Amino acid sequence: MTSRAERIDRLAELVAARREDGAGRGVWREAFTRMRRDPMAITGAAVVGVFLLVAVLGELIAPYSPTAQTWGTEVFPNRNVFVGPRAENWLGLDNLGRDQFSRMVIGARQTLLVGVVAAGLGFTAGALLGGVSGAAHTLGGRAGRRIDTVLMRLTDMMLALPTLLLAVSIAALLGQGLTTVMIAVGAAQIPIFARLLRGAMIAQGGRDYVLAARALGARRRRIALAHILPNSMGPVLVQLTLSLATAIIDAAALSYLGLGNPDPSVPEWGTMLADAQRFLGGAPQLAVFPALAIIVTALGFTLMGEAMRESLDPRLRK
Amino acid sequence: MSLLEIEDLEVHFPIRRGVLLERTVGRVRAVDGVSLSVAAGTTYGLVGESGCGKTTLGRAVLRLVDVTAGQVRLGGVDLAGLPAEELRRSRRRVQMVFQDPLGSLDPRQNVESLLLEGLEVHGLGADRAARRAAVVDALEAVGLSASALPRYPHEFSGGQRQRIGIARALVLSPELIVCDEPVSALDVSIQAQVLNLLEELQRERGLAYLVIAHDLAVVRHVSDTVGVMYLGGLVEEAPGDGLYAEPLHPYTRSLISAVPVPDPAVEDGRRRILLQGDLPSPADPPPGCRFHTRCPWRQEELCATVRPELRQVAEGHKVACHHAERIAAGEIAPDTAERPRRAGP
Repeated sequence: MTSRAERIDRLAELVAARREDGAGRGVWREAFTRMRRDPMAITGAAVVGVFLLVAVLGELIAPYSPTAQTWGTEVFPNRNVFVGPRAENWLGLDNLGRDQFSRMVIGARQTLLVGVVAAGLGFTAGALLGGVSGAAHTLGGRAGRRIDTVLMRLTDMMLALPTLLLAVSIAALLGQGLTTVMIAVGAAQIPIFARLLRGAMIAQGGRDYVLAARALGARRRRIALAHILPNSMGPVLVQLTLSLATAIIDAAALSYLGLGNPDPSVPEWGTMLADAQRFLGGAPQLAVFPALAIIVTALGFTLMGEAMRESLDPRLRK
Repeated sequence: MSLLEIEDLEVHFPIRRGVLLERTVGRVRAVDGVSLSVAAGTTYGLVGESGCGKTTLGRAVLRLVDVTAGQVRLGGVDLAGLPAEELRRSRRRVQMVFQDPLGSLDPRQNVESLLLEGLEVHGLGADRAARRAAVVDALEAVGLSASALPRYPHEFSGGQRQRIGIARALVLSPELIVCDEPVSALDVSIQAQVLNLLEELQRERGLAYLVIAHDLAVVRHVSDTVGVMYLGGLVEEAPGDGLYAEPLHPYTRSLISAVPVPDPAVEDGRRRILLQGDLPSPADPPPGCRFHTRCPWRQEELCATVRPELRQVAEGHKVACHHAERIAAGEIAPDTAERPRRAGP
């Protein structure tokens, strides 16, 4: 039997050990710890995880080939007879007699790829533009502010065009195709990232720790890259997750408008949605399932982004 | 020759309008003709109300703001005229401690990285071990242990954070530390600790301080010499206790009369000098004596037309007032007529 003193000592040890555990944790690690306990973040991550898994595994999950038809035996589009969900075809057959579930599974890869590449493209170009602009504004003196003004008027012009209109113009310029969709959707995201990063950098540039780094004798490059930039990335990374959602929707919209991948053998949610509208009356399930998939994926990314934003909010930090 | 000599320092901030074609439409005269000197190993305390230019002056000493005119000489070298790279290297000789301990520490750096940065940017320390030893040494000098190294600023209390800020300055073994409101963000109980730490470091390392504060008691506690600033200019300068015992400038008098006395009998009988009006804008300072718009001892001649020079009136006691001697001798009575809108209690 342990004495009372021993038990207290043990407790003190435990408390001390716990404090040591928490010591030396940076902003991101703290945010990650908070996110792990946030149901919103878990839901978002689970949804995104499932869709990513489906996109990666693809053929392993799909029960049929996305192009195999049961044309002539079961589906007669000219008579508007459709096969709805049933045991062999979970989501039914489309107007050409192809398995809808298999097409959705294979289509996930296309849609997610376009979304991720487009958002990544917009993020990279936008962060570069905004980073140069923000650094020039905060550390470049009068000449720097002038560079910043010119760059920001350019992004303002891009920002003034509605996202989809900008994407459509670019798609019209470059012609139909998958690359076009990625570039068009990515380009539409550039001004958002640029503005956001620049704003965050200017806000951080006025903080005392930047002044302290200058007083210490740090070079401007170091101040920009080691101090201002890392502290400005929070809102930009949140925007990246949110942008993944909008990029997926935009990509689907472009495909829907007929500017996406012209190859009919490669299924894509946006194209499927577009094709389904002709049969909306007779077979609404053909439109409902791709639409649901787009919405749920976008929602998953949005939830993750919102949770990240909340966990990075300095007002919630102790 | 003193360690730091500031001569006729002017820091003006242009007010700009326009987007691509900027025009200057005016200028804020934050610091407008200040001269002072700080000897090695001593403390110069600078007091003044918000917006009087004391923080700008402190920043100009490190040339963190552009100097419009005048000189800031450190050990005889004019920092105001140094090219960028030499200026950067000279920064290890003057360091700064900031008002907001948390804001002045990068939240993404742990203590080790914060303290190493100065050594790294100046290429000091033979190897990693030597740099680490210097960092631990500085940390222990401010009363923290090496166990603080892996921790981040948000894990410390306000007083500890300010100690980290002081350690960061110490690592570079500077000759002068500019302390901009070093304790005003701290609890009163912690203020004394930090002030005592500063004094202790001064004794051990022969540091000179330029302490900027709005709290007269803080400045009195640490300073060998006290300067009082008003609207971009120095109005009075005296050895610490001399200023409090015998303030000569009307502005200093009103400041000191506002400090409560911990004796009810004295406090009740004491007359406070209540200033009229607000601090004029440094973008459009009044002509003549900057203080004449609010001065209870204002005279018809000189005050509104000629800006008084800072002149020596006693040993080490300088004042910028045309009528300082006559006021001290009681020849001029203050205008204490109560104005209807601002009647005191």
